[in-house]
Amino acid sequence: MSQDASARSESAARIGAAPHRETTEGTVYTVTGGDWDTILDEEHDDRIVINMGPQHPSTHGVLRLVLELEGETVQQARSVIGYLHTGIEKNCEYRTWTQGVTFVTRMDYLAPIFNEAGYCLAVEKLLGVEVPRRAQVARVLLMEINRIGSHLVALATGGMELGALTGMTAGFREREEVLHLLEFLTGLRMNHAYVRPGGLAQDLPEGWEERVAEFVKVMHKRLPDYDNLLTGQPIWRQRLEGVGYLPVDGCLALGATGPILRSAGLPWDLRKVEPYCGYEEYDFEVPVATEADCYARYRLRVQEIRESLKIIEQAAAKMEPGPVMIEDRKIAWPAQLSVAADGMGNSLEHVRKIMGQSMESLIHHFKLVTEGFSVPAGQAYTAVESPRGELGYHLVSDGGTRPVRVHVRDPSFVNLQSMPAMSEGGMVADVIAAVASIDPVMGGVDR
Amino acid sequence: MPDENTGTSKDEAERTGAPQSSAQQSGSDAAEQRARGAQDAKGGEVEQTDAPIDAPSDTETGEQTTPEGGTRVAPTRERRGMFGVSGPGDTSGFGGLRLPGHVPAPAERPFGGWFDEFADDLGEAMDERGIPRSAVQQITIDRGEITFYVQRERIAELCRTLRDEEYLRFELCSSVSGVDYGVDVPQRLHVVYHLTSMTYRRRIRLEVAVDVDDAHVPSVVEVYPTADAQERETWDMFGVIFDGHPALTRILMPDDWEGHPQRKDYPLGGIPVEYKGAEIPPPDQRRAYT
Repeated sequence: MSQDASARSESAARIGAAPHRETTEGTVYTVTGGDWDTILDEEHDDRIVINMGPQHPSTHGVLRLVLELEGETVQQARSVIGYLHTGIEKNCEYRTWTQGVTFVTRMDYLAPIFNEAGYCLAVEKLLGVEVPRRAQVARVLLMEINRIGSHLVALATGGMELGALTGMTAGFREREEVLHLLEFLTGLRMNHAYVRPGGLAQDLPEGWEERVAEFVKVMHKRLPDYDNLLTGQPIWRQRLEGVGYLPVDGCLALGATGPILRSAGLPWDLRKVEPYCGYEEYDFEVPVATEADCYARYRLRVQEIRESLKIIEQAAAKMEPGPVMIEDRKIAWPAQLSVAADGMGNSLEHVRKIMGQSMESLIHHFKLVTEGFSVPAGQAYTAVESPRGELGYHLVSDGGTRPVRVHVRDPSFVNLQSMPAMSEGGMVADVIAAVASIDPVMGGVDR
Repeated sequence: MPDENTGTSKDEAERTGAPQSSAQQSGSDAAEQRARGAQDAKGGEVEQTDAPIDAPSDTETGEQTTPEGGTRVAPTRERRGMFGVSGPGDTSGFGGLRLPGHVPAPAERPFGGWFDEFADDLGEAMDERGIPRSAVQQITIDRGEITFYVQRERIAELCRTLRDEEYLRFELCSSVSGVDYGVDVPQRLHVVYHLTSMTYRRRIRLEVAVDVDDAHVPSVVEVYPTADAQERETWDMFGVIFDGHPALTRILMPDDWEGHPQRKDYPLGGIPVEYKGAEIPPPDQRRAYT
């Protein structure tokens, strides 16, 4: 045994309790709690680097935080991402413009309708088409229902991470209502692929008004529970107030948008400042706070749920009968979808027509479904206000039936950069609160 | 002429006959079109030739210089053939469909809307800060969006000007990303910046084009700290080196990954799927319909 190794084994013997192993980076100790004193000695100072995640119940998914701690104070924090990278942007380049919807909807899996709508708005901008009114209103309706679901998960997981487990069960209970409603409206709970370039995959099902009205009623009844459960609760407030502070200049420098920016006092909401899908017709407020802390972000999310309910009611009232897909047969999906005993598929009537009656319809169906429609060359950027901020789509076409480039400016990805600014210098427990208030969705961060 | 076995019965005589001349003609047509700053491929003529023509005729002449001395935006990948046919595989004539590469057309004044005033303001601000006007190589307005094609050396200064001048005020850098226009295209890698002015509620796009062997672009992290992660992503995915970035490391792919996955010459997948003896090639090697 060499001198060095024996010295090390000696120090290990001194340390005793903590299991450790040698790596190329030096000794790595696995601390299980209560054995802190055994780590500290003359050759180790108070400063330690710990890995939080990527598998950790408090990191909001597969997010890895590398924290440099001195005692319980965070000196430096860095996030490591990429654990959920699925190459969606690359995949989109190999699919038709319509197929792209099924990919992008899987990115920010808590806000699938926003992904779909943002992508479709960009494709429609490239095509230079306007979707029918009913489709626009339905998109607004679905997006706002989705926003409620997403904010509820933010509250639920945020509550869970901070130990408010009833907040979690309540949040997920209400979110289940959202998912049930979305399943009824679109056919799927998540990853709907319901919004298509040119409109919607199919019309809203029979009886949607009652279901939406019922949902709004349930939400109005249950929302005060959150005020009782969390808003006025002293522990919740003490955990969040003054924590994760990021003022407006910091937000702009770091590109943070959404509730983070609005909690710092800037009423920047793309639904108001650059209306799309006819948002200018709706009467709603943009909640703003000036505290710029986690508590303000929490309150904004609850208020945004209320505003979304207002928009849902208005959208339901605005809905008029009409087509949900544009007239242009060169773009519009040829098949009418219908639900049968074995699930959703092409309507029997359509199959009968293309298989039995019209060869041209069959050719048209085949061409449009396999080859897709071509999009005039050029590029476009559109942004929608997702629950987490500016969700931007930069699409480039070379005139073909597949995109040259689909870039997604995901708000989670950009907002996550504000984590060090919010948590450095604070306590390690406040990192959790800060990350929860950013509400990053790793599917969107890593794409 | 590489004759790939596409399994058709089109006879030899027809392939090598008259179409040759029409092929040459179409090549010069394409060059002419580019010189005019041809707009989108849709608007350009659609030529039908039976004989496949090799790409270089199009790309060699692709570089033109602007009066300011900058390089014009290069045309993108030329589109040829439907159904991915490279030989005389298609008796309908569609197999030889050729479309010239897309060249974004320079906008002509008046631009309309706020674009004129904005372009003037930007020009003045650049004069004030000693940035030559030739830093902006081309202005394109398409689908209501304004794009400034910028010399790469000037991008950071230009961003600082756009952020700091009171009458420009682009406080937010919405997005930084890369675009790869394809293997045969000169200056194929583009870095695209989307800037947002919250004060004036405007959005602009800046675009920088670089060659793949010299993919260096000055970093804008000093001006927009939010570009940090986005430039890292662009490096990771496209291999664009942002000079002056504080820590240009991979962000989505593992640290020891080789290659830059979103380049066009990087395959998608690569593992053939096997099912009951049938072998399905990876998606990028399957039959293409574009």
